[in-house]
Amino acid sequence: MPNVIEMKGITKIFPGVVANDNINFHLKKGEIHALLGENGAGKTTLMKILYGLYTQTSGDIFVNEQKVWIDSPNKAIELGIGMVHQHFMLVQPFTVAENIVLGAEPTKELGILHQKEIIRQVEEISEQYGLMVDPHARIQDISVGMQQRVEILKALYRGADILILDEPTAVLTPQEVRELTSIMEKLTAEGKSIIFITHKLKEVKAISDRVTVIRRGKVIGTVNTNDVDVRELARMMVGREVILEVEKQEATPEEVIFSAENLHALNDRGLPALDGATFDVKVGEILGIAGVDGNGQTELTEVLTGLRSLASGKVCFKGEDVSRLTTRKRIERGMAHIPEDRQKRGLILDYPLSLNMILGHHYQKPFSRGINLNYSKIRENARGLIEEFDVRTPNEEVEAKNLSGGNQQKVIIAREFSRDPDLLIAAQPTRGVDVGAIEFIHKRIVEQRDAGKAVLLISLELDEILSLSDRIAVIYEGKIVGIVDAKDATEEELGLMMAGAGIQQGR
Amino acid sequence: MDRVLNSKLVKTITPWMSNLIVPILAVLFALIIGGIFMIMVDANPLEAYTVLFKSSFGSTKNFFETLVNATPLIFTGLSVAFAFKCGLFNIGGEGQFIAGYIAAAWLGAFFHMPWYFHIPFVLLGVIVAGAIWGGVPGLLKAKLGVHEVISTIMFNYTALHLVNYLIRTVLVDPGYASTPLIDKSARLLRFYQIDFLNLRQIARGSRLDLTFLIALLVAFIIYWILWKTNIGYEIRAVGHNPSAAEYGGINVARNTFLAMAISGALSALAGASQVIGLQGKAYQLFGFIGHGFTGIAVALLGKNHPVGVILAAILFGTLQRGANSMQSVAGVPKEVIFIIQAIIIFFVASDYVIRKIYRQIKLKKEEVE
Ligand SMILES: Nc1ncnc2c1ncn2[C@@H]1O[C@H](COP(=O)(O)OP(=O)(O)O)[C@@H](O)[C@H]1O
Ligand SMILES: [Mg+2]
Repeated sequence: MPNVIEMKGITKIFPGVVANDNINFHLKKGEIHALLGENGAGKTTLMKILYGLYTQTSGDIFVNEQKVWIDSPNKAIELGIGMVHQHFMLVQPFTVAENIVLGAEPTKELGILHQKEIIRQVEEISEQYGLMVDPHARIQDISVGMQQRVEILKALYRGADILILDEPTAVLTPQEVRELTSIMEKLTAEGKSIIFITHKLKEVKAISDRVTVIRRGKVIGTVNTNDVDVRELARMMVGREVILEVEKQEATPEEVIFSAENLHALNDRGLPALDGATFDVKVGEILGIAGVDGNGQTELTEVLTGLRSLASGKVCFKGEDVSRLTTRKRIERGMAHIPEDRQKRGLILDYPLSLNMILGHHYQKPFSRGINLNYSKIRENARGLIEEFDVRTPNEEVEAKNLSGGNQQKVIIAREFSRDPDLLIAAQPTRGVDVGAIEFIHKRIVEQRDAGKAVLLISLELDEILSLSDRIAVIYEGKIVGIVDAKDATEEELGLMMAGAGIQQGR
Repeated sequence: MDRVLNSKLVKTITPWMSNLIVPILAVLFALIIGGIFMIMVDANPLEAYTVLFKSSFGSTKNFFETLVNATPLIFTGLSVAFAFKCGLFNIGGEGQFIAGYIAAAWLGAFFHMPWYFHIPFVLLGVIVAGAIWGGVPGLLKAKLGVHEVISTIMFNYTALHLVNYLIRTVLVDPGYASTPLIDKSARLLRFYQIDFLNLRQIARGSRLDLTFLIALLVAFIIYWILWKTNIGYEIRAVGHNPSAAEYGGINVARNTFLAMAISGALSALAGASQVIGLQGKAYQLFGFIGHGFTGIAVALLGKNHPVGVILAAILFGTLQRGANSMQSVAGVPKEVIFIIQAIIIFFVASDYVIRKIYRQIKLKKEEVE
């Protein structure tokens, strides 16, 4: 098969970062080519160069063996390249059909939209590729999986032969992932070529024909997917041997320490985000909350930690109603919180590590005497935590913004664990951290449980939920639609619940 | 060479240097451009700058007079800097200045007690007045989300007209456009009145009074609050990242109010310094005096750090004082000084740009080496 894309010696330098370092990448006609790498490896950057959103610092691009200079997405589209971004770019109040044709709309004289023609064309193209959509539905009313289809159709409508999908599975349930897989297979059967970006090893194996692994901006290698196993891929991606399974014993849960009853709350736009969520957490267990992004996880975390007010419902901790308590009071009662967005919530980036590591306890002994900060104790605390949690930093006075994402996360983890909390609320504790750090964080969370504490784990990564939790609750549209024992849970069953097919609330 | 670069001394000094480099460059640029303007109006910049320097630093008396100009600017500069540390832009310095101005005049002239009560009493009253005038906009921001820039501007005008009304009516000294003189017991001594270290000789002819020392003391207190206490920890946390502060159990609304109240009190002390020190009374105002606004420039140039604020206040004091003598001695129009001030502010505000150029020069140098 001929190469439809050849990227040769591509280098992209952002101020202070070499995002792509002399990358060679070839895409064959009709293949699904996975681009695998950890967060920050440079995958998106490479594809944005191909799609004309960035221009390379050096290197050449060949499309169908012709050397090309792609300086805008329009140029890319002209060359038959389409991209579906990590974050969709759809116009919410428009219909599916309008979004698909947007930018190349068929019009009648005087530029009036030719509505009938639009619908006809959209129906035609969706039938051709077996991508069924309702052309009349508004984007705001359809599921994320559907929106993704619309994005793909949009690219196809503009005549894309080469499709770039940037982390398309991140927002999908397992069932939707399977559907996407079959769509991709159909597209390649039609002669399209697909670049599929991911950081999940299992997906590479399940979906792709070949895989190119990128680490820190450099290509580690391109291999046929059938010739490698998951361990091998992990090693290529991380650069060393990794343990993929979390080692843990059976839980020995005791009494209920924390309960949420019939929680209702609004999101930032004033719309209902929590709609009667109910669950409880026992001492000595990890309760995982699974769900597709945007089903109330953020609001749930905030409500439990006092960062968002409850419209109604009740949160109890150690037998006390804490629903109306401030965040500070809840911390004092023994709650700790690893926030989902470390840069927005978890750290004061301009503060040195030492000051970040006391946030929340800064006004208490030994960090404060009266109103005076005790810097020697503060530094001592930081040095101890840096050592214990293996934070890679020259010293404790470095500002948090100068650390890598994984190390920033370790600072937060260190701080929250150092409080020896009775309940740890961990929201996306491993988002954006490298595999090595994931191992470490998972181990600490299990240790926390084994030390007789309670853990509430809220994560979008189903694998993480499955490997850590003792019980799993599934959240869908602000409700807990089911709670299952992790031992008996299957990806299948959870996936169905994540899509809203609820079984009755079990305990 | 490497040993020197890695030594502890250099390591502690370098961050300081990088903080100093922009303000210093800004001042140098401004002086050069000011010089070009002087040449354009056929004046001799060298002569003018010599006059400027002499009038401010030529003798102890002159230097002390410069400090007279600097004193209110230290307070207002600290005021702006403090609010800024909490992420707030307090441009209500004028209004808060006026609040302190009138409070000092009222409490100083209409209440009578021995000095060791009177002075603390006046200062306390001034602080309360400023805390209210700054704190209310803080409260509006914290509770209703009203932007402090808008509310403090409104409070400036309210203060101006309210105070003029008071001075015309209830607080008037009949026959004068001012309040009556405050009691001696509320007045701070001038340096030449103090029998200490030959001050009578050294400070003769200068109006510098003890409010300057209060300004230095207050600058130290502000430094201590911001960097050595958990109050400062919280205020700066809110300034850097309110969401993270909230996550850490810090009450953002409370700290917003607190920072504005303290900021207001600082500007009010500037107003008081004019009454209990320099003038002995409050005059009717024909407009804003401008110390509050200059405080913004002082804070900017001083990088919102108390030490920087003191140095910047002295620089602005120098320029203000030099403007007059440059005009009379060197024939340079006063406006040139305003241009220089404006250019300083401009450059410091475009700190980012300068930093970028500086970094590129450094990069180039590294490449060459
Ligand atoms: N617009 C940008 N400006 C500066 N740095 C960027 C920009 N986009 C990406 N980077 C940096 O380039 C590196 C690679 O990022 P990215 O391509 O998004 O990684 P991936 O998609 O593999 O997670 C990261 O270090 C990231 O911080
Ligand atoms: Mg990416």
